Amino acid sequence: MELIDNLLIGFQVAITLQNLLYAFLGVLLGTLIGVLPGIGPVPTIAMLLPVTYALPPVSALIMLAGIYYGAQYGGSTTAILVNLPGESSSVVTCIDGYQMARKGQAGKALAISAIGSFIAGTFATILIAAFAPPLAEVALKFGPAEYFSLMVLGLIAAVVLASGSLVKAIGMIVLGLLMGIVGTDVNSGLQRYSLGIPELSDGIGFVTVAMGLFGFAEIIVNLEQKEKREVFTKNVSSLWLKWKDFKEAFPAIVRGTGIGSALGILPGGGAMLSAFASYTVEKKLAKDSSLFGKGAIQGVAGPESANNAGAQTSFIPLLTLGIPPNAVMALMVGAMTIHSIQPGPQVMTSNPKLFWGLIVSMWIGNLMLVVLNLPLIGIWVKLLQVPYRLLYPAILLFCCIGVYSIQNSVFDVFLTAIFGVLGWLFVKLECEPAPLLLGFILGPMMEENLRRAMLLSRGDPTVFVTRPISAVMLAMAVGLLLIIVAPSIRKTREEAFQEA
Amino acid sequence: MTFIKHPKDFWAGVLYITFGATAIAIALNYPAGTAGRMGPGYFPRALGAILVALGLLLSLRALRLEGARIAFASPKPLLVVIGSVVVFGIAAPPLGLVIATVLLVVVSSAASDEFRWKEAIISSLILAAFTVAAFAYGLQLQLPIWPWFAR
Repeated sequence: MELIDNLLIGFQVAITLQNLLYAFLGVLLGTLIGVLPGIGPVPTIAMLLPVTYALPPVSALIMLAGIYYGAQYGGSTTAILVNLPGESSSVVTCIDGYQMARKGQAGKALAISAIGSFIAGTFATILIAAFAPPLAEVALKFGPAEYFSLMVLGLIAAVVLASGSLVKAIGMIVLGLLMGIVGTDVNSGLQRYSLGIPELSDGIGFVTVAMGLFGFAEIIVNLEQKEKREVFTKNVSSLWLKWKDFKEAFPAIVRGTGIGSALGILPGGGAMLSAFASYTVEKKLAKDSSLFGKGAIQGVAGPESANNAGAQTSFIPLLTLGIPPNAVMALMVGAMTIHSIQPGPQVMTSNPKLFWGLIVSMWIGNLMLVVLNLPLIGIWVKLLQVPYRLLYPAILLFCCIGVYSIQNSVFDVFLTAIFGVLGWLFVKLECEPAPLLLGFILGPMMEENLRRAMLLSRGDPTVFVTRPISAVMLAMAVGLLLIIVAPSIRKTREEAFQEA
Repeated sequence: MTFIKHPKDFWAGVLYITFGATAIAIALNYPAGTAGRMGPGYFPRALGAILVALGLLLSLRALRLEGARIAFASPKPLLVVIGSVVVFGIAAPPLGLVIATVLLVVVSSAASDEFRWKEAIISSLILAAFTVAAFAYGLQLQLPIWPWFAR
């Protein structure tokens, strides 16, 4: 029972006082920013990265992971009570969750989403523990050609599964790859695109990019739209769920968990797509689909389970292949690099305590979230009543201080401001910033593997199609592109995203 | 300009072409090497070319496909928010954390339509106290607390 042995190692690491504390801090903070609309996990993790310098790597990763899945829980609270997605993956929860709240069933909706999330989180954690080792085993045999093709596949899959224009998204990836090149070339020592600025010789910091594109741009766009909030606080006190409600929601939870676990593994899929897919499935399967949009409990239970399962399993490609499937995972790569851990299949063998500790702490974090969140709901509701005009200057301040503290330089603060303007422009032009961040993180790795593969093949580009694993991955990438261009599938994809 | 039917795609395309062309132009100074021995200029040139191609595709397609117009709201939030960050960057090293924080918070608060002087100043002072306690003392942030003349 290697699995049990491994999980025991994990428990030994995760149940130390220090790591429990950081897991707790992470999920608490995650819930906080999940509850608050206008700040998501990407800028928060970016903001806290500098703080984690001083921590041992396991504790740092445990805390950052906690922020991510904590945000999934917090986001649903806002979706149900305010009809605003506190976090992008809870967009779908707004539809029926808010309607339940209007009918005085806010407590029921909150309880079922927490329970569904916990069931999904538990299942997804077991899935990671079971599937990560064999996957990593395969990945260890990869050469540079396989890695390059894998990254191509990952990036293509990330944009195919996301919403919006495909051409634009691929453009954003390429732009990200180019930005990743800025700095000193490892092979020749040449400074590329650094414009003679010494601060750029180490490259652009990904915290700078993430904070500008996601943090600043989001604040500006929020300020442009005047929104009204109506908070339902009255009937929150009765969190008790009747057995009948649970029985009604349970099949939806199971299906949501399955959908989320499967889609989460795919790059770009992750939490948001899982929630959409689950909602569509529940609506199709329901005996009376007219209840959907008017407070159907399955419409909350399914997507909430799906987004949590998806959030959890999106760690699989990161931990086994070293390839981040979404923007948050891209930041986790950054966090690992800060602690000089090269993400990839070797982490499991070279650093088993970190690997299994992180996985077990995810389950513990999920448990904490259920136990803590339901009683703490009153605090979150109060927090929701803090007006945005008081909130965003504070977010802005923490972003500035966070960016400054990375290299103790104001240059990074100015650079973040530039990325803020760029991010605003991207929003106006409907260019998704997430693929850019993925490309940015993968850029240097991709170039390195391309160079190595071509060096080994003496300049013969057919190496990518003559090596079987590499060929399969490239074929899958092409297949995905063809699928999306096919009109019928394109139509369903658009429909799935317009359900909300 | 009525011949642009899809402004968002068109200008995104122009943006890609600009970035791609600039990337190629700069990369021409770097040795490209051969496919078997790639120099530092090889990958950036290839990426730049792909980006220009995608930009052209987007922009040309935008002359044919219909699309919504770009929704420009008041430029105030953009200018004020970015301005406040720049002010923080300029002010922090000479004037210290406290003054820079107050400036950032008060200036950025002005971006909201519900701006009130009194509220902004009070919240800026609370945040300044918090940053000094949490970041300067708690996390040993390498930034002076007070202005250069009061150190």
